[in-house]
Amino acid sequence: MEENKNQTIIDKVWSFFSSLTLAVVLIALIALTSIVGTIIEQNVAPEKNLKLLAKFFGASNAPAFYKIFDSLGFMDMYHSWWFSGLLLFFAANLIICSLDRLPRIWKLVKETIKPLTEEQFKNLGKKELVLKGKPDKVKETVGTAIKHAGFKFLEAKEATGYQFYSEKGNYTRLGVYITHLSILLILGGAIIGTIFGFKGYLNIPEGRTYSVAFAPSDFLSREEEAEMEAIIEKLQATEGNAPEAARQFGVDEKTLRTKMKRYGIWPLGFSIRCDNFLADFYKGSNMPKEYRSWLTIIKDNKEVLKKSIVVNDPLTYNDVTFYQSSFGMVPNAHGEFIFKITPKSGVPETRQMHLDDKFIIPGTDIQGTLKDFSPALSFDANNRPFTFAEQMNNPAVFLEFSEKGKIKYSGWIMKRYSQTWGLPDGHTVEFSDYWGVEYTGLQVRKDPGVWIVYLGCIVMAVGLYVIFFMNHKKIWVRLLEEKNNTRIIVALTANKNRSALETKVDKMMALLSKSDGGGKQ
Amino acid sequence: MSSSTLFGISTMAYILAMIIYITYLAFKNYRVGIAATTLTITGFVSQTAAIVTRWTESYAQWTMLTPESTFISSIVRSAPLRNLFESLVFFIWCLMLGYLIMEFKYKNRSFGAFVTPIAGLALAFIDISGMSKEIEPLVPALQSNWLLVHVMMSFIAYSTFALSFSTGLMYLILKTDKRTESSYIFWTVMSGIFIVVLFAMGLDYLSFRLAIKTPETLIKSYLFKASFLNESMAISILSLLIALTFIFLVWRYGHILKKIVGSFSITAETLDEITYKSIAIGFPLFTLGGLIFGAIWADQAWGVYWSWDPKETWSLITWFVYAFFLHSRLLRGWRGKKVAIVAVIGFIAVIFTYLGVNLLLSGLHAYGSLE
Repeated sequence: MEENKNQTIIDKVWSFFSSLTLAVVLIALIALTSIVGTIIEQNVAPEKNLKLLAKFFGASNAPAFYKIFDSLGFMDMYHSWWFSGLLLFFAANLIICSLDRLPRIWKLVKETIKPLTEEQFKNLGKKELVLKGKPDKVKETVGTAIKHAGFKFLEAKEATGYQFYSEKGNYTRLGVYITHLSILLILGGAIIGTIFGFKGYLNIPEGRTYSVAFAPSDFLSREEEAEMEAIIEKLQATEGNAPEAARQFGVDEKTLRTKMKRYGIWPLGFSIRCDNFLADFYKGSNMPKEYRSWLTIIKDNKEVLKKSIVVNDPLTYNDVTFYQSSFGMVPNAHGEFIFKITPKSGVPETRQMHLDDKFIIPGTDIQGTLKDFSPALSFDANNRPFTFAEQMNNPAVFLEFSEKGKIKYSGWIMKRYSQTWGLPDGHTVEFSDYWGVEYTGLQVRKDPGVWIVYLGCIVMAVGLYVIFFMNHKKIWVRLLEEKNNTRIIVALTANKNRSALETKVDKMMALLSKSDGGGKQ
Repeated sequence: MSSSTLFGISTMAYILAMIIYITYLAFKNYRVGIAATTLTITGFVSQTAAIVTRWTESYAQWTMLTPESTFISSIVRSAPLRNLFESLVFFIWCLMLGYLIMEFKYKNRSFGAFVTPIAGLALAFIDISGMSKEIEPLVPALQSNWLLVHVMMSFIAYSTFALSFSTGLMYLILKTDKRTESSYIFWTVMSGIFIVVLFAMGLDYLSFRLAIKTPETLIKSYLFKASFLNESMAISILSLLIALTFIFLVWRYGHILKKIVGSFSITAETLDEITYKSIAIGFPLFTLGGLIFGAIWADQAWGVYWSWDPKETWSLITWFVYAFFLHSRLLRGWRGKKVAIVAVIGFIAVIFTYLGVNLLLSGLHAYGSLE
């Protein structure tokens, strides 16, 4: 009795999860809530969505609606418990739905083809053709034609002739399962990535080295912030080696890891240095052409890998990948101006200097002074210089040259325009870089689940190919003796795209009648 | 000839073809039909030439700006699939190619009157929304080989979905009789709203032509400002009334369209078959090219294969709608009206994925950003 009751509950749960209705309801719910999530901007400052809600509900009601939506998790809805729940239910539905239907489909896959009865031949609709000669004589020709059409067949002896029968692609009926499995693989890979992976960012100023990456964390108190700084410092000193850092702190590793998680700090286990960053523009315009960072990986105080990365071409080391994602100016930074100075007849020399520094053009008495700098120099209608952007869109320096205390000439030299590098008496001062003032913004990711997701994608492509471009087809060919001739009757079935099979069979018949010297249809 | 001249020719040809196809629908004159097909082919040929010319023009620009780029990579980087304008043009090109294939395969011109208006609308949208037609070099984020495959496959899929939308709508027109029938109400009200929205946008364009600089400003600042959202209460109420009356009239007299479509040799079964076949081609292409390749590209560029951004989310919603179409047909054996409705809804989701996300959502989210 007890067991029976249990059985029915399991049955009920099973039939609940295996129902197509549930699938439709879940998909509709996922779709509808997702729409809300595309309208309410996700993970942004409250003001943005308050303004948005004011558009729909009026400014006075907006805060109340914001509260409601916020408490329901709509401000970060794709990571809310209920959205994850919907996805999990969807996965369960998919699994049980598929399992529920598997036995029936498996039977169709495994069922071996049998010769048809007279009656079945009539029902399936048929194509006919009469060939000269008795069945024994034409048997071989017909067999070859069937093989030529791509079917390996079995044969059965019948009262007045033979029946050839064949099937192909019975396993293609499993295409749906392949596709469903792929969705589960993708979801599984995503879960693995969320649990065991890391997604964060790292802004490295030119010349600096980091051993940790950051993920946005909650608001921290002053004490916590101090503790966070201490942890970062220790991790920086140990090349992002968490066990070593824990030992130096005198705590066990687990405690430290919990704290790191709380503060959104992630040890890399190695160090990464930004050697240089460059935002390059298309010639003569302010359209960005390339953002490039020159990075070096340091492990055990040794440089182990150097690579320059651009958007769409990241750097991977130890399963951690660094993506070029943003850049900017380091506030209040004082970098180094790098020049390549080539006297009129002489070899180039590289110089590094700061604002107001002076230098001599080698082999001459000409002294240059670095007077001014602009990250983005432009000239207005009256030819007066001004700075049009905070980023280094067109870095330029103002140099003043004097000889024996007398000012000779002065002017702006622009990094992007080589025509500004030449001086009146034939010397060249190339403005190579203003280094140490920009940072590169890297997206940092470790995702052990991504390969499962990719595998899922491949499996899905295979599954869709099987579903849409393959089918399970069967043909039966009957050879009936008819007054010293043979009547060929063909019946066929296909679980989809029947017309393609019909075309193939028609071709086969045409070939047969041709080989016979024009039989009658 | 420059690409813009050739585009002009193709636009003229398509719009004329649209008018003639509709005339053909009404008069069924054989010679009118031939004229429509000839014009469509002319439009298609000049559009093909226009795309090739634009490609060579942007190739020239690219090699000038980046002399270090190799031959193959220059060709890939200068493929004209980089902005809204170029993608719309490619969409129209695929749609017309698909249509011509269908016309020859099924030897029937009547769906021309239902497919060419989609192309005509897309062309009109290009012109009234003031979108940029400039050839511009690729920004760093788009400098990837995935751009070509991802965009190309997505738009081939979109155009097959557009075809299935047309045939699905025709199926509904042909198969519904009673005004109380839900599928009849669905197609008449939908078509009514569709035409009203287009008309209202046309009015916006006429009223604010000078102020509209980009599609974003049209949608963001002027959408329905000439009608429903007009400053004057009277105008907004009046336009609402006119719109409702119009939708009512479509519902009341929709059966006239049925007579016209019914007088053609095309059967409802053929329409159902074309709807299914288009989706059976579009769905795998969309899954692979749109979703999977898009995810791989995002993974390579940003380090996240899926981030639930509006574009991704709407693609997923579109995918769900078509997955539902296929399941209801293959598993439940749904045929005819029910699946035709799903096919129509599917294409509405496509339009939103493609244009709504770019224009409407970015319009909603635009304030406060650096513009």
